[in-house]
Amino acid sequence: MKHIKTLKTRKLQNTVKKGGCGECQTSCQSACKTSCTVGNQSCENR
Amino acid sequence: MIHRFKNNGYNIVLDVNSGSVHSVDELAYDAIGLKENHSTEETVKALSDRYDRDEILEVCSEIDELAEGGELYTEDTYKVPVGAFTASHKPVVKALCLHIAHDCNLACRYCFASEGEYHGERALMSFEVGKAALDYLVANSGSRHNLEVDFFGGEPLLNFDVVKQLVEYGRSIENEHDKRFRFTLTTNGVKLDDDIMEFANKEMANLVLSIDGRKEVHDHMRPFRGGQGSYDMILPKFKKAAESRNQTDYYVRGTYTHFNKDFSNDVLHLADQGFEQISVEPVVALPTEEYALKEEDLPQLFEEYDRLAAEMLKRNSEGRGFNFFHFMIDLEGGPCVYKRLSGCGSGTEYLAVTPWGDLYPCHQFVGNEEFLMGNVFDGITRQDIRDEFAACNVYSKPGCQDCFAKFYCSGGCAANSYNFTKDVNGAYEIGCELQKKRVECAIMLKVAEENIHQ
Repeated sequence: MKHIKTLKTRKLQNTVKKGGCGECQTSCQSACKTSCTVGNQSCENR
Repeated sequence: MIHRFKNNGYNIVLDVNSGSVHSVDELAYDAIGLKENHSTEETVKALSDRYDRDEILEVCSEIDELAEGGELYTEDTYKVPVGAFTASHKPVVKALCLHIAHDCNLACRYCFASEGEYHGERALMSFEVGKAALDYLVANSGSRHNLEVDFFGGEPLLNFDVVKQLVEYGRSIENEHDKRFRFTLTTNGVKLDDDIMEFANKEMANLVLSIDGRKEVHDHMRPFRGGQGSYDMILPKFKKAAESRNQTDYYVRGTYTHFNKDFSNDVLHLADQGFEQISVEPVVALPTEEYALKEEDLPQLFEEYDRLAAEMLKRNSEGRGFNFFHFMIDLEGGPCVYKRLSGCGSGTEYLAVTPWGDLYPCHQFVGNEEFLMGNVFDGITRQDIRDEFAACNVYSKPGCQDCFAKFYCSGGCAANSYNFTKDVNGAYEIGCELQKKRVECAIMLKVAEENIHQ
């Protein structure tokens, strides 16, 4: 495309069927302890 | 739902419900904004005084293609499946925050644990309580393989022998239960020595080293009980620890306050000391505290995040990059919608354990008896508290519905919401504004990396 460059992303709608295994890290357990950040985590089941 | 923003010279469009990120030119930026609620004809009409008609038509066709491909104007269709998923899955516990010591050898001014004591008595966790906690975790973790245990405080190194015993015990039961413990340790560094580092490097999946940045900033907020600063004592040890972990699987973790609103200088100071994994985060404090962040601080704090992001790009291009925890975002391999909407799991998947074995929804609720859920010997006795937290997700929070950042913060921290609004479904607005800014910077960094790559 000429005007729009799309970054490679994992489409969220594609995670509805296969998601929810729960093996991912608990959000607060890494560094923050005062906020909630999940966007930086990686899926453990890909 | 889309979110358009400009940052560091980039025009960026986030398609909120698909997570797609688009880097666009000025024309596309304007057209995408219009086309969300207008026809191509209306869009052409609205833009024809500024852009060439054929160009507008061309960009409209690109927009239509992305919309058809589920990368633009995507609808939020997750409420029903997430609700059904939550209703059909019994929550399991997969992470514990062990308050191994309700005591501390520092007297940090902003400590939510009141210098380690959590508004209660000084106490150290016994091995027996810790063992019962690990047994409770294993017994209530269902089929989860990866279990997380954070040694937290207070200052955990005041009870390091028990930390060692619990790690040894945890390892001894992993195989029989087909579990894997990921231990982490948070420390202020005062008692950190070579033996502890060696142990941590062998056993701790992550090490969190508390330091606020510049010496004067750190020493003002993190003094010993006698008032003298702790910076000079801990810095060399933290440097050594970071190097001994090959600059991975650790964070130097600081807190910025109203006193150092120019916190980007603290982040850069830590980077200049050679640290490559850095997390410096806003203090969460009620407005009555003089160090609390205030609404009028926000414009400066936003500028600081922008400045930091731009400097990170520069340093990265010079081969001296570093990671900043709140700018990290995984666009290609991030979590599924269930995780993104349900959040940190406090009160369900994640529980805090006091030195005497009481269970609370998370470390920030410890000491508030209203949230005492049970203990590691008898399990959860207040099912109503667990149910309240299990029902807590992005859709239960009115303030999150129209927010572009909801899939990145998953509705924010329940403790912050409670402390500021007396409702775990409320919104801590200063925290939300800062979170949104960080998400924008994080996405900009990804766009910039992509442009450099191309």
